[in-house]
Amino acid sequence: MSGPLVTEDRPLLMVRGLTKRYGAQVGCLDVGFDLWPGEVLGLVGESGSGKTTVLACLAGSVEPTAGTAEFWTREGSRVDVLRLAEPARRRLLRSDWGVVHQNPRDGLRMSVSAGANVGERLMAVGVRHYGRIRQAALDWLATVEIDADRVDDLPATFSGGMQQRLQIARNLVTRPRLILMDEPTGGLDVSVQARLLDLLRGLVAELGLAAIVVTHDLAVVRLLAHRLLVMRRGEVVESGLTDQVLDDPHHAYTQLLVSSVLHP
Amino acid sequence: MTAPALSIRGVTKTFVLHVQGGARLPVLHGVNLDVGAGECVVLADPSGSGKSTLLRSVYGNYKPQSGEILVGHAGGVVEMVSASPRAILEVRRRTLGYVSQFLRVIPRVPVVDVVAEPLRAQGLDREEARDRARAMLGRLRMPERLWGLSPVTFSGGEQQRVSVARVFVARYPVLLLDEPTASLDADARTLVLDLVEEARAQGTAVLATVHDPVGRARIATRTVSLEDMAA
Repeated sequence: MSGPLVTEDRPLLMVRGLTKRYGAQVGCLDVGFDLWPGEVLGLVGESGSGKTTVLACLAGSVEPTAGTAEFWTREGSRVDVLRLAEPARRRLLRSDWGVVHQNPRDGLRMSVSAGANVGERLMAVGVRHYGRIRQAALDWLATVEIDADRVDDLPATFSGGMQQRLQIARNLVTRPRLILMDEPTGGLDVSVQARLLDLLRGLVAELGLAAIVVTHDLAVVRLLAHRLLVMRRGEVVESGLTDQVLDDPHHAYTQLLVSSVLHP
Repeated sequence: MTAPALSIRGVTKTFVLHVQGGARLPVLHGVNLDVGAGECVVLADPSGSGKSTLLRSVYGNYKPQSGEILVGHAGGVVEMVSASPRAILEVRRRTLGYVSQFLRVIPRVPVVDVVAEPLRAQGLDREEARDRARAMLGRLRMPERLWGLSPVTFSGGEQQRVSVARVFVARYPVLLLDEPTASLDADARTLVLDLVEEARAQGTAVLATVHDPVGRARIATRTVSLEDMAA
């Protein structure tokens, strides 16, 4: 499948009928959405609502039962990421896509230095010049507010917040156009969350990234996502502009979710 | 005759509270209202009569059951009730400014960047956006020592000034003001009313709620009541 070059007037990713069944159990059912360049989509719902299943299907770690997910690559071709052959999927995941895991240990290599964690992804897309790789690593560490003198330290010596920022730097170094994030602020202290949110929001705006953020934290999506999908028992029950869904929820389940949040 | 900057046609909004036994709260009943460029329409109704609901519906924050809300945007017209989230965000970026009674910001972001943000979204570079933000904060007499701090811990009046500053700095052609002076002292109130009056005189269409009768008299070119507007 090929097509014209990617422009702003069409979605970057079009998901249709995405379904995952585990025998009689439903992981997610007939999920569909468009994602535009520069847009952050929040997937919210309680544990077991299917939001992580959607992300896992897109990232290729779970094989969907049905559906399509068409993505315009930066080479200008349209691919169904759910049906990509493994080598092509791996290439996509380490260049045009990024995946930020809730636990930074799942997204980092803990046995190599912070700088190597960032540089490794550049090497994976063919960059060979050592000086350039090191400089890119230093630049990205600065962008995510990690001091340059920590570049040779192992991630295990970092705090949770720093590890999460390192994971983000590792993903962004290849200039992906789509980032998948699973509870990116989940394991962090509240004060560290705010800093990470500010950073993520700035990066998304400045780099024109598209992102899908899975979270159960409605305060996080309010500040980060342009648009929301509310999921329950595998299905999308409500969708729309983030502040509209949160301030004027129409579905009974969304109303329950919103009214259950404690405000300090 | 040119189309009004904002045209509200038969807007009806009822809240259905599923969590509370399906209670129905009818708030707006077929509201009709036009606001033209250079006009400041003030809604004069008691609390709880739906003024904020109407402003939020225009901003796309609440979704009415029926009716149309037409906003002149980028040489065309966008109907906000049926508009896609992307279209609403675009109208908010360029056309609609909304001063609410609450300021919601990411903790840790300093005031100057909170105020500069709408300009950045409109494509200004960081320094120019900050310069204009500082000028607006200065005009609202926000003490300079606060500009580098996050407004999260500010008093109600200080937060309201930040909220006003970030909307007026962006020079939107249509402004929605929900009690923009409610938490302010007399001096600050005058500064904000001056801004409203100046924007209106330059052709901005303003739809506002202002509790204070002096402030209302100062900015309103027309006062209307939701009760009288119902179809």
